[in-house]
Amino acid sequence: MAESSIIGTRIRERRVQQGIRQSELAKRVGISPSYLNLIEHNRRKIGGKILNRLAEVLEVEPSLLAEGAEAALIATLNEAAAGRAAPRAKAEEFAGRFPSWAQLLVDLHTQNAMLEQSVRTLTDRLAHDPHLAASLHDVISTVTAIRSTASILVETKELEPEWQGRFHRNINEESKRLAEGAESLVRYLEAAPDTQAEIKSPQDELHAYLDEKGFHFPALEGDASEAAVEVVLDAAQTIESEAARQLARSVLRQYREDAIRLPLKQVLDAIGRSGLEPGLLAGDLAVDMPTLFRRLAMLPEVEIGPVGLAICDGSGALIFRKPLPEFSMPPVGSACGLWPLYQVLAQSHAPVQALVRQVGRNAQVARALAVSEEVRPAGFDTPALMRAHMLVLPVAGVAQGAARDVGVTCRICPLSGCAARREPSIISGGF
Amino acid sequence: MGKQVLLIEDEPNIIEAIRFILSRDGWDVRTHSNGQDAFEAARARLPDVIILDVMLPGKSGFDILTEIRADPALADTPVLMLTARGQKKDREMAERAGASQYMTKPFSNAEILETVRQMVVP
Repeated sequence: MAESSIIGTRIRERRVQQGIRQSELAKRVGISPSYLNLIEHNRRKIGGKILNRLAEVLEVEPSLLAEGAEAALIATLNEAAAGRAAPRAKAEEFAGRFPSWAQLLVDLHTQNAMLEQSVRTLTDRLAHDPHLAASLHDVISTVTAIRSTASILVETKELEPEWQGRFHRNINEESKRLAEGAESLVRYLEAAPDTQAEIKSPQDELHAYLDEKGFHFPALEGDASEAAVEVVLDAAQTIESEAARQLARSVLRQYREDAIRLPLKQVLDAIGRSGLEPGLLAGDLAVDMPTLFRRLAMLPEVEIGPVGLAICDGSGALIFRKPLPEFSMPPVGSACGLWPLYQVLAQSHAPVQALVRQVGRNAQVARALAVSEEVRPAGFDTPALMRAHMLVLPVAGVAQGAARDVGVTCRICPLSGCAARREPSIISGGF
Repeated sequence: MGKQVLLIEDEPNIIEAIRFILSRDGWDVRTHSNGQDAFEAARARLPDVIILDVMLPGKSGFDILTEIRADPALADTPVLMLTARGQKKDREMAERAGASQYMTKPFSNAEILETVRQMVVP
């Protein structure tokens, strides 16, 4: 997008205007001078955090630097309008003339998407919750006994006293059971909405935690001991469930191993020599791609800029996701079948590199590099376990044409006539 | 001599109610409340009708029904399935497993009586 490629120029102008040297600004913002230089020459896109810090030091509103704010607004407006009978071409005019109404609409649209997500999670929960199913079954059994017994008492003419007494006792017994069952059901349902954690999956919890830490763990750099993983985990307050803790443990253990194989300084030096070029870096550092990908995605953003990563298992489910502003990843389930990530699951020995553009979003181009990895080799009785890694890098000021159009996930994808579609989209008139 | 119905169900008060209703109608009602050996019980009694609950301790009603249908002596015995869930999926599973009739809990006494009567009319 044209707007974002001008950000760098605007930062440079503002810096010169303020009479600050490039190295000084870099130091004050906490990024390397060479990275700032790339930003100023519009060769790196920058994420929210760095932009905000730059704006702070340069004493301007972040939106003045970005001015992509309006573009983002318009893009979201179009997204909200997609599939509905709304005049798409006029989003710009609407946003221009009534910015606060436009913002309101965008906020509502975002909120709507979040609510949809909650509804989906809750529906899943109701359908698959074993405790709920068991309680309901109990209640229905009791009701059945009561109903049958009560109608015998009412409908049977000349019922012998001993039978009568027996059925009365049964009704009494069952109604007690029903009261208890109903009470425990109410307690259970009432308790649920209290804790946000309960509607979150362990995967959600894990990613909220990783996101909060910026996907980087200084305590696990250097030759950290295995005990360091537990120390980091113990301090993780975002993680509540034991399931999420287990997931986080395996991610952090992997992190530690990767950090031992690729020490921080060594990677940063190599990036200094070769740039953010995974192909060159893997040769330079003599390391396999999956390790390099994981390492790159979990380096500090202030050093190398934003790097996205998606990892999926052989079933296609995303088990690790670090999205970029220009490349979203679905919070649940599997992603778009057109992603290079899935291509390498099918052809495991052929790495894939492609420019991709997620339609419907801000439609920015990103560079995706995918490789697969055999986590466990096949045996005669056991299948090989595969895992695919896809690194996503921002692309600065590239010609748009050649990119592959992909989606995020079918439910929210506006791509029409797509052969990879597995379910109708909710935004292209799927209902 | 009344026809025999075998009721395979684990809730004692439901057993009592159904037993009462059917007995009053002239049926010889036998009951069995464990899933594990329900098939053996059916094989030993060879009843005219079987009423089978889906959720049983030890074994699922669907599995028992599959065993019943695979047995030459029981293959043609009418089976009424009872379930606490009215989901379409359960009904389909029951039909596929070979249930003659299907009823969801809670049912009315008249309903169950009428259904069982219908099932043995030639």
